Amino acid sequence: MSGLSQAHSVVAPSTATRRIAGAIVIVYALVTLIPLLWIIATSFKTPPDSIAYPPKIVFTPSLEGYVNLFTTRTRQSPEMLAQLPPPTTWYDKLVRSRNMVIAGPSNVIPRFVNSIIIAFGSTFLAVFLGTLAAYGFSRFRVPLKDDLLFFILSTRMMPPIAVAIPIYLMYREIGLTDTKLGMILLYTAVNVSLAVWLLKGFIDEIPREYEEAAMIDGYTRLQAFRKAVLPQAATGIAATAIFCLIFAWNEYAFAVLLTSGNAQTMPPFIPFIIGEGGQDWPAVAAATTLFVIPILVFTILLRKHLLRGITFGAVRK
Amino acid sequence: MTETTTSSALPEKLAGATPEVIARPIRGLSDKAIAWFFIGPTILLLLAINIFPLIWTIWLSFTNYRANRPNAEVKMVGLDWYHRILGDGDVWLAMQTTAHFVVWTIIIETVLGFGLAWLIDKKFRGHGLWTTVILIPMMLSPAVVGNFWTFLYQPQSGLFNYVVGFLTGIDPSSFQMLGSVRLSPWAIVIVDAWMWTPYVMLICLAGLRSIPDYIYEAAEVDRASPWRQFWSITLPMALPFIMLAVLFRGIENFKMFDMVNLLTGGGPGSTTEVVSITLKRQAFESWRTGYSSALAIILFVTVFGLANIYVKALNRVKQR
Repeated sequence: MSGLSQAHSVVAPSTATRRIAGAIVIVYALVTLIPLLWIIATSFKTPPDSIAYPPKIVFTPSLEGYVNLFTTRTRQSPEMLAQLPPPTTWYDKLVRSRNMVIAGPSNVIPRFVNSIIIAFGSTFLAVFLGTLAAYGFSRFRVPLKDDLLFFILSTRMMPPIAVAIPIYLMYREIGLTDTKLGMILLYTAVNVSLAVWLLKGFIDEIPREYEEAAMIDGYTRLQAFRKAVLPQAATGIAATAIFCLIFAWNEYAFAVLLTSGNAQTMPPFIPFIIGEGGQDWPAVAAATTLFVIPILVFTILLRKHLLRGITFGAVRK
Repeated sequence: MTETTTSSALPEKLAGATPEVIARPIRGLSDKAIAWFFIGPTILLLLAINIFPLIWTIWLSFTNYRANRPNAEVKMVGLDWYHRILGDGDVWLAMQTTAHFVVWTIIIETVLGFGLAWLIDKKFRGHGLWTTVILIPMMLSPAVVGNFWTFLYQPQSGLFNYVVGFLTGIDPSSFQMLGSVRLSPWAIVIVDAWMWTPYVMLICLAGLRSIPDYIYEAAEVDRASPWRQFWSITLPMALPFIMLAVLFRGIENFKMFDMVNLLTGGGPGSTTEVVSITLKRQAFESWRTGYSSALAIILFVTVFGLANIYVKALNRVKQR
């Protein structure tokens, strides 16, 4: 190495340092991925394989977990099974080989649909309200602005169980217990604080000159907001929406305390997928896998904005 | 008289405050109206879903109301519940359990998270991809995580026990991570560290990247050793970010519920009964609404105080 190039990269780590650092980080990443990969693998195991000792790394893949997840089954005596017409579909055959017949669909699809409706409904409302409020806080003189912003953030930090006590009573009074509307309103309230803080950061970054130019051209403030600010904030709004979606999708404490059936989402449902004699682990793993895939996709989409999201927009980089 | 003086003084005052508004004719709604029209709905929603229930909780905490007996007569009991909670050994035990959980998760997550961030900051090939991979656990649902770790912690067939057995030679069926009084407080710490180390890592990484290169260049010119550079530059300059991560993890773990509820449900006995689990048991299993409201208020006040410090830390980091 010549002296000149060394002087240039005086603080850059050497190749050896980089390689060692890289190796350690990659080992850590792979080790922490094991639990998740193990669950995904378990979803393709048969129930006996899933609890085999020693744990089976190599196994014959089976869709039994997924079949069990989507159906309810009843055990039949061999004589009874002999009288039935032969199974017509591959999943009938699979269930029949365990001396069972399919009794009907399980609750998983309604729960999944609930998760989707509640997550998207609350996200839409939170982002809608949050964009307006963030613009208000970003562009106008609001009395007690800092106190209002702190108040908004502090509502998100409240322990969910503590909030759930009065919400439970309130919802019982006004008939919102175990309704999708009740859960959407609740998640909107929790998410709107994140949305305001995040979006305020994004809108602060848009130069005011755009709106001012638009207003000089004859736009009203509202038109300028719609035509000059919103398009510029589109990326920020999308990132915020994904954060809200992930929160509502993952939320458990309110869901388990305030819903029982009609509005139950996936997180309180998954732990109670049981087969004969306890938890049906391949079915639980199958539900977990299907539940986690959207999160993995969103994480990849969000990777550039993650830091902002987890610090309420304070750290931007 | 007064009217004319104010009306002649007002435009000048306004012009000084917001010149661009006065400079051209106002069309549509005034800015003030728009501001309230934009912020109002959010404030109203939060008042309805957060503040009104909070006031209700304060009221409940002074009564003997029970949610499972809505028609019983409600009596005011004053500060009785607060008095009882502060003298209740079970609550103090739950606070100790929570403190053990909060302190150990923060120590482990900060050391590992900062270490990882420091390694990633060496910018090896593919560091972006691996950073994203490391971040995956923190995006998952804590409830789902708690649930699948019970599977990994199964005494005989669980992968965790098997790996520990394989590495140390201990029989994997000889210990129960979730069933033993000695191990279960650590079982929840391990899962939390698995899940949230990436969070601390990400914030520390931002801290490390905020340190300008020229400071290291100057230190290099002064022949400061790498050790000295780490202690005098890297650590102090990243400290506000580390504090931010520690505070946020502290708040989150102080109110931890989902993951612990699914891993141990507070058991065995009450060895992992963190304070949120106590609250849930009192409120939704024993239906002691007055008592649990008082406990909820105590938690509120604690978290509110911590949140205040957190926002100050946020603002300090923001100025960088």
